[in-house]
Amino acid sequence: MSTDRAESTAKTLVIQPPKGWIGLDIGELWAYRELLFFLIVRDIKVKYKQTFLGIAWAVLQPLTYTIVFSLFFGRLAKIPSEGQPYGLFSFTALILWTYFQTALNFTSTSLVSNNQLISKIYFPRLLLPTGASLAALVDLLITLALLMIILPIYGVPITLRLLWALPFIVLAVLTALGAGMFLSAINVKYRDVQYTMPFLAQLWLFLSPVVYPSSMVPEGLRFLYGLNPMVAVIEGFKWAVLPDMNFPSVPMMTISATIILSLFVGGAYYFRRMEKEFADVV
Amino acid sequence: MGDTAICIQGLGKRYRLGTVTKAYDTLRDTITEVISRMGKGSAQKSVDKSRYIWALRDLDLSIKQGEVLGIIGRNGAGKSTLLKILSRITSPTKGRVEIKGRVGTLLEVGTGFHPELTGRENIFLNGAILGMTRADIRKKFDEIVAFAEVEKFLDTPIKRYSSGMYVRLAFSVAAHLDPEILIVDEVLAVGDIAFQKKCLGKMGDVASSGRTVLFVSHNIGAITKLCKTALLLDKGSLVISGNTDNVVEQYLKQTEISVAEVSRNVKPESRVGFERIWVTNSKGETSPEIEVNSHFTINILLNVQKKVLNVDISVLIESIRGTKVCFTSLSDLNGGDILPLEPGRRHCKIQIPGRFLIPDTYRLLVEAHVPMVMKEDYCTDLSIAIVDTKATQTYTSDAWQYGCVIGNFKWDMETFSPDSK
Repeated sequence: MSTDRAESTAKTLVIQPPKGWIGLDIGELWAYRELLFFLIVRDIKVKYKQTFLGIAWAVLQPLTYTIVFSLFFGRLAKIPSEGQPYGLFSFTALILWTYFQTALNFTSTSLVSNNQLISKIYFPRLLLPTGASLAALVDLLITLALLMIILPIYGVPITLRLLWALPFIVLAVLTALGAGMFLSAINVKYRDVQYTMPFLAQLWLFLSPVVYPSSMVPEGLRFLYGLNPMVAVIEGFKWAVLPDMNFPSVPMMTISATIILSLFVGGAYYFRRMEKEFADVV
Repeated sequence: MGDTAICIQGLGKRYRLGTVTKAYDTLRDTITEVISRMGKGSAQKSVDKSRYIWALRDLDLSIKQGEVLGIIGRNGAGKSTLLKILSRITSPTKGRVEIKGRVGTLLEVGTGFHPELTGRENIFLNGAILGMTRADIRKKFDEIVAFAEVEKFLDTPIKRYSSGMYVRLAFSVAAHLDPEILIVDEVLAVGDIAFQKKCLGKMGDVASSGRTVLFVSHNIGAITKLCKTALLLDKGSLVISGNTDNVVEQYLKQTEISVAEVSRNVKPESRVGFERIWVTNSKGETSPEIEVNSHFTINILLNVQKKVLNVDISVLIESIRGTKVCFTSLSDLNGGDILPLEPGRRHCKIQIPGRFLIPDTYRLLVEAHVPMVMKEDYCTDLSIAIVDTKATQTYTSDAWQYGCVIGNFKWDMETFSPDSK
């Protein structure tokens, strides 16, 4: 204990006006990992407190969407589903999509909903959007469990190949967090963001291959379409989970991965740059 | 191996006025602003300056290790801004600070408490937020619980706690934080008197254990008791620093300016708040100077936003020297039982008789509170001067040396004769 104190005494903290772009300070984030853990636990525990259906809510949304989409898009509009049963096709896409949407929503409001914390205590602010994007994974875990039940019903065997879904889940987390870091920082100053979110999410859903396969998109527009990083993420996820699907084309995958990475890095740096104002403005 | 814990050089913090008064901008505001600025060209720049305010300017200070420093000043003097910069919540606009040692900040009791979580969960969450490690919290867990006296309710969501239990638990977690440098804002203001005593006791322990403490308070008594050195801020600048007695004396001189009227915004989330508090003399005029022989009235415009059953409104009259003179509350109307307050605005009037307070400057501390538990709203900004305009010789300029109130008793004198009883 005393040595620990001697060590920290030796360290001098310098506070100065921040200038220009600030480094990410990964070391500090690591030092605060326990707080990140507690923030995630808090968000998870609080989410379904005092609800009647509890965690069933996590399942309810993708499930109802699947039913509605199967009825309207599958049955009535006869949208193709690449040889898969339409219900399974859309449910698979929807569980990852639902995670993305929840995480994006949660992340972009994370600073404003924790304004008490921000104005009263110091900690790396990046913990808030990070925690929010990770806490939303619990819902995904639940729906994935449901998927494991549904797959055998449709005669799809559960094999190790499913592990290929993991990298695409990671990409979805990075996309949500990358966009969320931008949006949450902007939302501190302009609450317009949180009013735009539901609309933006709805729009984004129809720009992603959730209710239709990306093969329906005309060849000439594919490149433009691929600029939406969620296209490759969802296509990849469907490829990993469902049998006999085509792997998303390598150029499209490369474009998406590049965009996700730039979104993530850009978001993190933008967030750090705006961070100094949070406590004064929020 | 210097023994300086905190070294502050040329520290300044500038706020944009807009960000202080407006809760937040909308995109539209900014767009219109940018467009209007483009139209007016660069001439706008000079005008813009007036929209900024220096909450703190050119502060130089060095705080020794183990020093217990009190920070005083009127509202808006820059005390909280200084603490926020030192605890890295907000960043300075100018200058440089060097801090040696782990900093613990306590600007509010119960930061990050979540009402849906249990007492146990909140101890860990709040501890982590305050900067304790999980191992630290586990080690001190029993101590924290015992100090807060909430053993039986550990697994109850804290939204079911009484306000008293909530505050006790929150303070207990904070009290077991073990930093080398402790930064404390007016957290003591939230609790009742018993709670404040407990806090002060704990603060005294911390102070005497050789840690560096920075302590902001309006409570001059607490400052003189706890701190050997103090500094006085006014409008963002350092007025004087050094020996607490000298600094306090300076502060008292400064605050002897009376304020007869305070208007404020009631926070939308508070149940009861004060919209306006003002003092009127016997003619009904708002005035900070009251003639010693005539009565005066303390007016409180109360805004009850939610029905409350247990909130009392009270006024404490305190001399500028820190002596408490007397206390009165709304429940007196009802034989000591608290009156339920229905939503709406109310005007309370408290009449203080003439020939009661000795000529001096007094502070009126107005509070809406759940007795012994918590404060809903409070105002410490009001002060009045009781003056002897007729210069009755009894009340000289240092009348305060003769007590706080006028001994308004009946005297009799008659010739003494041995026969009479």
